[in-house]
Amino acid sequence: MSDSYKGYRGEALAALQNFQAMIWSDVTIRTAQGEYTGIILPRSETADPLHVVIKLRSGYNIGISASRIEDIRIAGRKEAHYKIPEKAFPYDPKKVRVKLLGTGGTIASRLDYRTGAVIPAFSPGELYGSVPELADICNLETEKLYGVFSENMGPEQWIGTAQAIGHEIEKGIHGIVIGHGTDTMHHTAAILSFMVQNSPVPIVMVGSQRSSDRPSSDAALNLMHSVKTAAESDIAEVMVCMFGPTSDAYGLLHRGTRVRKMHSSYRSTFRTIGDIPIAMVSRDTITPLRQDYMHRRKDRNVTVNTAFDEKVAIVYYYPNMKPDIIDSLIDNDYHGIIIAGTGLGHVNKPLYPALRRAHEKGIAVYMTVQTLWGYVQMYVYDTGRDIMELGVVPAANMLPEVAYVKLGWALGQSRDLAEVRRIMLTPVAGEITEREPSNGYLIFQGGIPEVEEFISRYRK
Amino acid sequence: MAPFVFKPFHEMSESDYAEIGFKSGLEIHQQLLTSKKLFCRCPAGHYSDHYDAEILRHMRPTLSELGEYDGTALMEFKTKKEIIYQIRHETVCTYEMDDTPPFELNEEALDIALEIAMLYGCTMVDEIHIARKQYLDGSIPTGFQRTTIAGVEGSIPYKNRRIQIIQLGLEEDACREVSDVGHRRVYITDRLGMPLIESVTGPDMRTPQEVADVAEILRRLVRSTGRVRTGIGAARQDVNVSVTGGTRIEIKGVPRIPHVPLLTYNEAMRQYNLLRLRDELHTRGITPETFSAGVDDVTRVLRKTRFKPIHDALADGQTIRCVVLKGFQGLLRWKTQTDTYFSREISDRVRVISCLTTLPNIIHSDSMGETIAASEWQAVRKAVGAGDSDTAVLVWGRMDDAVSGASEIMIRAREATIGIPSETRQALRDGTNGFERILPGPDRMYPDTDMPPKRVTPERLDRLRARIPEFIWDRETWYASLGLPPDVIRPLAISPHAELFRTLVRDEGVPAMIAGEALTRWLKKLNRSLRQPVRIDPETLRGILVACATGRLTRDGVYPALHQAATTRHWDTSQLPSPVAPDSLSGRIETAIRNAESRRGLDDRDRLRRYVTGQVMLELRGRIPGKAVAEAVKRIEDGRAS
Repeated sequence: MSDSYKGYRGEALAALQNFQAMIWSDVTIRTAQGEYTGIILPRSETADPLHVVIKLRSGYNIGISASRIEDIRIAGRKEAHYKIPEKAFPYDPKKVRVKLLGTGGTIASRLDYRTGAVIPAFSPGELYGSVPELADICNLETEKLYGVFSENMGPEQWIGTAQAIGHEIEKGIHGIVIGHGTDTMHHTAAILSFMVQNSPVPIVMVGSQRSSDRPSSDAALNLMHSVKTAAESDIAEVMVCMFGPTSDAYGLLHRGTRVRKMHSSYRSTFRTIGDIPIAMVSRDTITPLRQDYMHRRKDRNVTVNTAFDEKVAIVYYYPNMKPDIIDSLIDNDYHGIIIAGTGLGHVNKPLYPALRRAHEKGIAVYMTVQTLWGYVQMYVYDTGRDIMELGVVPAANMLPEVAYVKLGWALGQSRDLAEVRRIMLTPVAGEITEREPSNGYLIFQGGIPEVEEFISRYRK
Repeated sequence: MAPFVFKPFHEMSESDYAEIGFKSGLEIHQQLLTSKKLFCRCPAGHYSDHYDAEILRHMRPTLSELGEYDGTALMEFKTKKEIIYQIRHETVCTYEMDDTPPFELNEEALDIALEIAMLYGCTMVDEIHIARKQYLDGSIPTGFQRTTIAGVEGSIPYKNRRIQIIQLGLEEDACREVSDVGHRRVYITDRLGMPLIESVTGPDMRTPQEVADVAEILRRLVRSTGRVRTGIGAARQDVNVSVTGGTRIEIKGVPRIPHVPLLTYNEAMRQYNLLRLRDELHTRGITPETFSAGVDDVTRVLRKTRFKPIHDALADGQTIRCVVLKGFQGLLRWKTQTDTYFSREISDRVRVISCLTTLPNIIHSDSMGETIAASEWQAVRKAVGAGDSDTAVLVWGRMDDAVSGASEIMIRAREATIGIPSETRQALRDGTNGFERILPGPDRMYPDTDMPPKRVTPERLDRLRARIPEFIWDRETWYASLGLPPDVIRPLAISPHAELFRTLVRDEGVPAMIAGEALTRWLKKLNRSLRQPVRIDPETLRGILVACATGRLTRDGVYPALHQAATTRHWDTSQLPSPVAPDSLSGRIETAIRNAESRRGLDDRDRLRRYVTGQVMLELRGRIPGKAVAEAVKRIEDGRAS
């Protein structure tokens, strides 16, 4: 297939070729039923081979069955150049330097004709063109590290990002923002919290739940919040900066090891689990909600430790799970397993022999809870004690995904189970907390009169 | 040729409109009768001013598919509005709030759209593509309306020609505006997301009355399917108007068709007068290139004014700007519409774009009315260096708004040297119209990346073609040939019972007049007397009217039977009373005559007979024709007298 007929195949391609009507041709298509006038658009490769798509004068797109086409008259050609207007990002010597590292996601995006989906776009000029407010905050520099969707982020990208952060800090940057897809933003936030320690500057992860090709996108406001945090906040930690409520009101700064995406599509999807967020951020102010954060420093003494062992898995326990699930991990030479157990951290008896075998093979096995909120407590029931006997280590209130990346990081440093255990259970960046504050678990239920009263008074 | 003089509305003739080159087209929005919304499963048609929560959003312009920003989008962005959505749990889910991607398109709604597109004789679309049409006014929380085209290039007959239907779209309805004051606009979301169709006609209408006529035909045509909503707000029309040398202007949201003629007349006048204003400017040597204007801060100059709006603004710490429009002397008093002047065009822009919503928001030196004192005008003119041939315009507000207001004044004044800016305008109650926003173009269209294209199969079209109603004009011709009166013809042609009427009259031998009246006037009367929409199933209606045709029920028994059917549970035609034969009446009549004889005032025989007939009919209405009773009474009474 040539680019002249981009995306077309089968019957539709044959019809276009027959009349030499390439994409972007301004045409009138005749069928027995009537005529259609417009511009031939490229077609999504996943769409069927039966239809030709044109953009009508009114701006609407329609598909015409190729088998009905009797004639195509070509009047001209109009090719689209989809480009966010680039304007040089203004430099202000009085403002601090902030670096935006891009990994992908829809924080800035444009249309991809091949798939019909949106693809990321990213440069200081493009960002300034679409969010000029950023120039009021700082001198922004950008570097595109990767252009991958969230689900394609993995150890290679985590390590590269951690190293890039280290370089920027050494070079004297004032704050760092990382653009990231939202699906696995909390995995990356957690691993960066371990790989980049003792940062003297804020490291702020940001994304958008509505892509920036939509007028109501949260991208612009999230960018402003995150850039403001990187430029002005005193919080020198790895954080996730995303919408607090679904309204365009304020963002929350979540600690990188306690945050989780909790809704597949809501803007306010990121929540701090088992604790309260570090701060609120609006376009005007940053309001800390707690004081026990790492403060910004002048020095450049950052520690970057990018060790990672990829042979780690999460097993989400379900009733009637068979031991072959664990066995297959053992047989495939995995070095570590995180179990997301029921309740306080339980699995069924039939798994015991497999877990014993894992322990005997020197595999590090840690227990977390699929309830997400609360601690693993394996002494309360006999089941828990039995499971600990098998060498399964309770991981306190570490979130399953956080325990997963931390175990990879720990095993990357040592295969000695005692050392791994020391690393795992020594809090590095708040992944294990000594206490769960009483306002750390607030999931309000709609319908209850006092909750309804609350949401009628405060914007969601 | 002498310049055309715009006449009062009622004096304008067809040839007058031809002379100014009046052209108009319609975009008619009609809600569809579905139980659920278009892209989510929220109930449709549940209206309430009550709400449970609020959400706040802002809108930002984005690029079109062809890589351009839309003018309207940029304008709305300039306004920097806070948009508040009032939401009610029962009618709005996370989809409408743009916190969840769309669900599958409502197939019932698509069927109706396809059916109506075929009714217009459109060329059908084989694969529908959902588009996002940007609306940065906030009327839709996503910032765009999901919309698609079902058919293109249809037409309907009008007079001796055809009116083109450019396209038929299926789209989701927007929010209802609650208020728009300063930088805050509030919407209620109950209507949001309901399916509606948009029928777009060509610019084929030549007079304001033709526009109303065609709007009415289209309204009735879609009503004839029985699958569209009725009632307040269920159908709304946008009217496009232009005159020779003018620009296509869209008047949005005309709620009632009878308002259309005066609105289009005023818009034609506005365009005509703006073109004359341009000529006057050119005569004065003011062109887009030579246009000159300046802005100054005159807050200090007017610090002691007694003109209340400015006095209050100063007390509030606001700023006053003065714009000098070079050579514009007198032109802000240039008439544009009935009792409306060019200054209104400027004031509207300042109101909408700079969010200065408290009126007056500008005053100017061409004004005849009381504003600031003459000495203050002199001071202002001196301070800003305005000459006798210039017009000074004052605008006040918070710094940002005053600056933006001054800039809008200059933009709009300069546009007058070019002609008529492309705008959408809102219909006002007095028949004039006001600026709403810059006219959006095709650049605001963007493919919806959340929804794949959807194939419309020939089988589906065949299935729907079978249910398309006959054309209302064909029905009306037939009804007229049956001798039905106009007030039966019009409602019957769009009635859901039109098909039943045809069967009754053609196949069941029911007299057309009885069937026509029963299915229109009598059902309407029943609605009114029961104070609710009457639901009688077609089979029962058929039974009652066939009973009438076969003599089981008389004509005047039909209404009582309809009443019974509507008010009695499990009623069917077996419960109709049995007919009475005239020769079985003697006993009843004899008794009635005896009773009547004891009454006063019935000594006249005619009156006695009428009274007796009435008494018997009270008991037997519907079971025997009144004429038969009257004849029997006459016979018996004659017998007694002789």
